Amino acid sequence: METLAEIKARTETVAPGARLEIVSNGSPSQQASLRIDNEHAVEIARFLRDDPELRLDFCSNVTGVDWLDRTIKKTVKVKQVVDGVEKEVDQISEEVIPGYLEAVYHLYSIARKHGPVIIRMRTADRTAETQLPSLTSIWRSAEFQEREIFDLYGIHFDGHPDLRRILMWDEFEDYPMRKDYREPDDYEYEPTPHDDVLEKAKRHYAPRPQLDGAEKITAQP
Amino acid sequence: MSLGFQELEAAERPPTIMTSRLEGELLEVSMGPQHPSTHGVFRMNVALDGEIVRKLKPVFGYLHRNHEKIGENTSYLGSMPYTDRLDYFCSMTNNWAYALSVEKLAGIEVPERAEYLRVILAELTRLQNHASLLGFLLSDMGAWGTPLMYAFREREKILDLFESLSGSRMMCDYMRFGGCRVDASPEWLARAKEVVNRFPKFLDEFENLIVENEILIARTQNVGKLSPGLAISAGITGPMLRACGVNYDIRKVDGYGYYPRFKFRIPLGEHGDTYDRLMMRALEMRESIAILNQAFEQIPAGPVMNPKVKIRAFKPPVGEAYGRIEAPKGELGFYLISDGSSNPYRYRVRPPSFINLTILEDLCLGHTVADVMVILGSVDIVMGEVDR
Amino acid sequence: MIGTGILKGMAVTARNFVGSYFEKERLITVQYPEERSPLPENYRNFPFLIYDTEDAEAGLRCVACKICEKECPPQCIYIVKSEDKKPDYMGKPQFYPKIFDIDISVCMSCQICVEVCPFEAIKMDKVFELSTRERFDALRQGKDELSKSNTYYHSIHPIEAAEVDAKLAEAAAKKKPAAAPAAPTAGTSKSTPPSGS
Repeated sequence: METLAEIKARTETVAPGARLEIVSNGSPSQQASLRIDNEHAVEIARFLRDDPELRLDFCSNVTGVDWLDRTIKKTVKVKQVVDGVEKEVDQISEEVIPGYLEAVYHLYSIARKHGPVIIRMRTADRTAETQLPSLTSIWRSAEFQEREIFDLYGIHFDGHPDLRRILMWDEFEDYPMRKDYREPDDYEYEPTPHDDVLEKAKRHYAPRPQLDGAEKITAQP
Repeated sequence: MSLGFQELEAAERPPTIMTSRLEGELLEVSMGPQHPSTHGVFRMNVALDGEIVRKLKPVFGYLHRNHEKIGENTSYLGSMPYTDRLDYFCSMTNNWAYALSVEKLAGIEVPERAEYLRVILAELTRLQNHASLLGFLLSDMGAWGTPLMYAFREREKILDLFESLSGSRMMCDYMRFGGCRVDASPEWLARAKEVVNRFPKFLDEFENLIVENEILIARTQNVGKLSPGLAISAGITGPMLRACGVNYDIRKVDGYGYYPRFKFRIPLGEHGDTYDRLMMRALEMRESIAILNQAFEQIPAGPVMNPKVKIRAFKPPVGEAYGRIEAPKGELGFYLISDGSSNPYRYRVRPPSFINLTILEDLCLGHTVADVMVILGSVDIVMGEVDR
Repeated sequence: MIGTGILKGMAVTARNFVGSYFEKERLITVQYPEERSPLPENYRNFPFLIYDTEDAEAGLRCVACKICEKECPPQCIYIVKSEDKKPDYMGKPQFYPKIFDIDISVCMSCQICVEVCPFEAIKMDKVFELSTRERFDALRQGKDELSKSNTYYHSIHPIEAAEVDAKLAEAAAKKKPAAAPAAPTAGTSKSTPPSGS
């Protein structure tokens, strides 16, 4: 199979104006992915599926990822004159990367038996602009999986034929797989409370008198 | 490739039953979730025209417990016993898929003996899954009890093997990243060999029971036909895909574990109907027995656990990995993103039986409501995995 | 000829029906409470705590390090560590669990607590007839119910227990030269004679 850089170069010739970016992967799995822009996504996906060299006809896995706002601290060594002596001083710069939601597609080729090629799309932010184009028209297998992402992450897929909640019930409001999801306070009595269950238990129930003061000792060391 | 077991040629098969459209409204029926043939808590909203299905919408989520969120809040080791509960028929292959993904994520090598043990256990799992599927499918068709009990009798022997190796019959929790938890004793291997040697006798008997049965042929042939094009596009994997004649088996394509070392064939169907899907399981069991026999001969001595792997406080490097295996129901994959901490940042399961249900409506349209159960049975779902 | 397939199937059913009277392999059901199929050596159900010697309180191997509580995937273990130290079965002063509860209605028998325990203090039991009439506290096993002797462990997992004993003996032998002078002082100060060594 071609390398991801070659695929990227060829895709750029087919979809002019498309912004593609190779997202590197530091793990030993060596599975780097290709970030595609939302405007050209369907066009690029069709190319990946139909190109005789690639023939990525099998979209195996579609999944969402929630990336919160991140602060990346960079330490740069800068030469500075301190008390008349030139010294190397660490200068810390902070860069805030706004959060976004991501949809990741793992593509394989059944015809040519290669893969995976991983493509990902990102929403503009996590709250207002959570639209992404649906790739269900290209790969039918995305149908339920995009519904699941909509259900659990709240990404709206434009052009999806039947975008409803799939695992949660229709009246459910929040998106449970988001990192900042707060579960409702539905504490049920547990005889062995510790950590956050203990915190909840304290809010809901009286301490256990039969334990003779032990309930005052928290689970923390 | 011809299947060689079909008594009736395609030309001789009766045409799909299609009555003329009745006058009047469509009747909406909710099938499930408490229905003995929905293999758990699964519901279908069906619009019926007389007895013919005109619309079918599956409804999921009755067994949803957000497995993926639990996985993100648990350590890498702690997720292993939870994977048992995905497809609770095949905990060994679930363990393997998860272990494989973590091994990819962290670049862990697995000792040779452990890889052999994994192959042996995965193929035993395939045997018991397919055997019980055939039993359930016949049960769905109205052959209550008898074939299911024969299948379960055979499955029992394999579960006994799992129990004496891992300590539990269904929730095995046996594999670890970097190997397997305990070694198999020579006595265990001898017992397993005996079970496998006796298995073809059961298969012969079971095939006698079903393959030529006219009622079964009438109920399954030409029912729920799936075209290869749609199957590929809809991401159908496993025996269902191969029943359409698409030669795609991850054991051959990815060559994970030590599968390239074994000689085995991949059975392929021709028509993609329920009968082919059913026979695909029977034929795959024969090939599994071939793999098992080779594995019993080749298995080397040695450690079953990579000594370099820390089980506790395991922290893989930052990055992501997608690992997949050919589980009995199809492609089971785990997609993990690590942020360098002891819990995965993202833990995603690619459940084969969930994605195989994508085309349930396409398969059922135009068939009678009684066929819906047969088609659903031939998809082979376990709700623990569909709803996660 | 139509019908032969059904007849073939009938023959299989008949063979199984008649065979179930004669062949053990065709009738594998067991009449449960009266008859029981033997449990394999590796069978696991719920965890229990091991104590050495005769005294359940003094011989408890657990030192309340809380590793199992932290690693337990469904969080069913609850430990409260003691504030003082008591000599353990080796005579070495150690912390001990003031409370050690396992909620077996939450426990999923995964054996991870056993794997992560560095003191061989927690092992898997084979008792499975544990039904109670109450859902919560009756299924919470406290330290008294959980503590079982090493002899019991030997009776349920003989091979594994022998391996564990050998491992502990080896570790003790290695430590002996360093630990020997410390042991008597610890024993006298607490006025409980060290029962082990």
